[in-house]
Amino acid sequence: MPQSATGNDCDLAIVGAGVVGMALAHGAAGAGARVTILDEGDRAFRASRGNFALVWVQGKGVGLPPYARWTLGSSDLWPGFAAELEAETGRRLHYDRPGGVDVALDEAELEERFSGVERLHNAEPRAAAVEKLDRRRLQKLLPQIGPDVVGGTWCAADAHVNSLRLFDALHEAARLRGAAYRPNARVESIEPLADGFRLVTQAGEMRARRVALAAGLDNARLAPMLGLSAPVKPERGQVMVTEKVQPFLRHPMSGFRQTDEGGVMIGYSNEDRGYDSGQDWRTMARIAANAVRVFPQLAQARIVRAWAALRVMSPDGYPIYERAGSGPPAYVVTCHSGVTLAAAHARILGTAIARDAWPTEDLAPFSARRFAHG
Amino acid sequence: MARRIAQPARMVALTIDDARVEAGEGDTVAAALMLAGLDRWRATPTSGAPRGLYCGMGVCFDCLVTIDGIASRQACLTPVAEGMRVETGAGKRRLEPKR
Ligand SMILES: Cc1cc2nc3c(=O)[nH]c(=O)nc-3n(C[C@H](O)[C@H](O)[C@H](O)COP(=O)(O)OP(=O)(O)OC[C@H]3O[C@@H](n4cnc5c(N)ncnc54)[C@H](O)[C@@H]3O)c2cc1C
Ligand code: FES
Repeated sequence: MPQSATGNDCDLAIVGAGVVGMALAHGAAGAGARVTILDEGDRAFRASRGNFALVWVQGKGVGLPPYARWTLGSSDLWPGFAAELEAETGRRLHYDRPGGVDVALDEAELEERFSGVERLHNAEPRAAAVEKLDRRRLQKLLPQIGPDVVGGTWCAADAHVNSLRLFDALHEAARLRGAAYRPNARVESIEPLADGFRLVTQAGEMRARRVALAAGLDNARLAPMLGLSAPVKPERGQVMVTEKVQPFLRHPMSGFRQTDEGGVMIGYSNEDRGYDSGQDWRTMARIAANAVRVFPQLAQARIVRAWAALRVMSPDGYPIYERAGSGPPAYVVTCHSGVTLAAAHARILGTAIARDAWPTEDLAPFSARRFAHG
Repeated sequence: MARRIAQPARMVALTIDDARVEAGEGDTVAAALMLAGLDRWRATPTSGAPRGLYCGMGVCFDCLVTIDGIASRQACLTPVAEGMRVETGAGKRRLEPKR
């Protein structure tokens, strides 16, 4: 076993083993860091186990154009990232990039959405191309849509993946790359020292030369201990999945996707319910009613599972990426859309952390300092 | 092979794949299938592996059958009824376009 797996001293401690922490671990271990990943137990809040699995580009970054480019960049890294993970672990991710659709049920909604796309393109011409489709053109792509659908938007870069397989493959790849995974080791506190950090965990104390926070919602509590800030809050999302049915939906959509195994995922709510990750039938009924308006055939399908998970949301919904200004290397990496951004987190941020070569200038738009004034 | 250990007060008649069978009032469809000598009654749409009663309490969705024309119903949770039609062996459903 590598020394980092057993000793109480380690090189790089990553706090949190959600999809964000595991992507960082994959990249950092690949770039030569000796990584120890500290995680909670099975009852933790984990957006990474309850998400919708879209590798989604369209509509991203309307309020922060650099985010549009960052998202498209990750989306473009994804095919190579998926192939690498599959080759490395022998597991299949069912990553597919057939282009995605976001339908609209009324004209005003469609106009408003598309004017956002146009504003974004004026500010950032390199943002992904998004096309507006009227009902006739949309029907060519999705003949199954119901009479209430007025049109939609299309983006060729949109993709999806089996996100549980992604999560599993990231864990396996991190293990193969020599990273040590420690569950039931919630980090209670972190104290900067002259040459590293002292971490008090549920499983005892340890020291790390450098630390990367990827603890999802708990980043809000941990970041200030490192002189950082990550004011993230939970936003609940409820999702349902149908029984497995014959392939009927080729394209991933905002709120719909058919998985590789045949189940149709239907989403989702955006609720402010604090840390309550429960479900309620009113919301489920609303989601189901909307789904049947978009695809009347879905009324025949039986729902076999439904769940809720908590998104990790910053005040403006965009990521927080930051290196602490002084002292030994400490980072915080947190975002919504951790599936979409997994490729960039692994390849760009994980590598940067391993080499202590943080691209401060490129990542300036994602600094939490944007919340200090305003 | 399943065996009945208590005699039900009343019997009802139903069909399993067009064969007429009797079951006790209050039995589940799973009990009726087991008593009819079936212990695996469909193949999973993902791997083709055989499936039948597994958890017996509504959690695993292994026991799916078509009941009165409605596919993918849980045999372990559905009580039998007089005249019920149970069909086994369904694979992945096709969602028919609405006319
Ligand atoms: C309903 C829903 C749908 C979504 N759909 C999509 C989608 O389609 N596409 C997409 O890209 N994204 C989607 N997301 C977002 C995506 O799931 C999240 O961005 C991502 O999972 C966040 O990962 P994370 O690792 O930051 O957080 P989490 O998954 O919450 O993981 C945090 C981890 O840190 C651990 N931890 C917390 N505190 C500590 C501590 N003190 N010490 C040690 N460990 C700690 C936790 O145990 C956990 O394992 C969706 C989210 C939801 C809820
Ligand atoms: S046997 Fe498990 S749901 Fe019926």
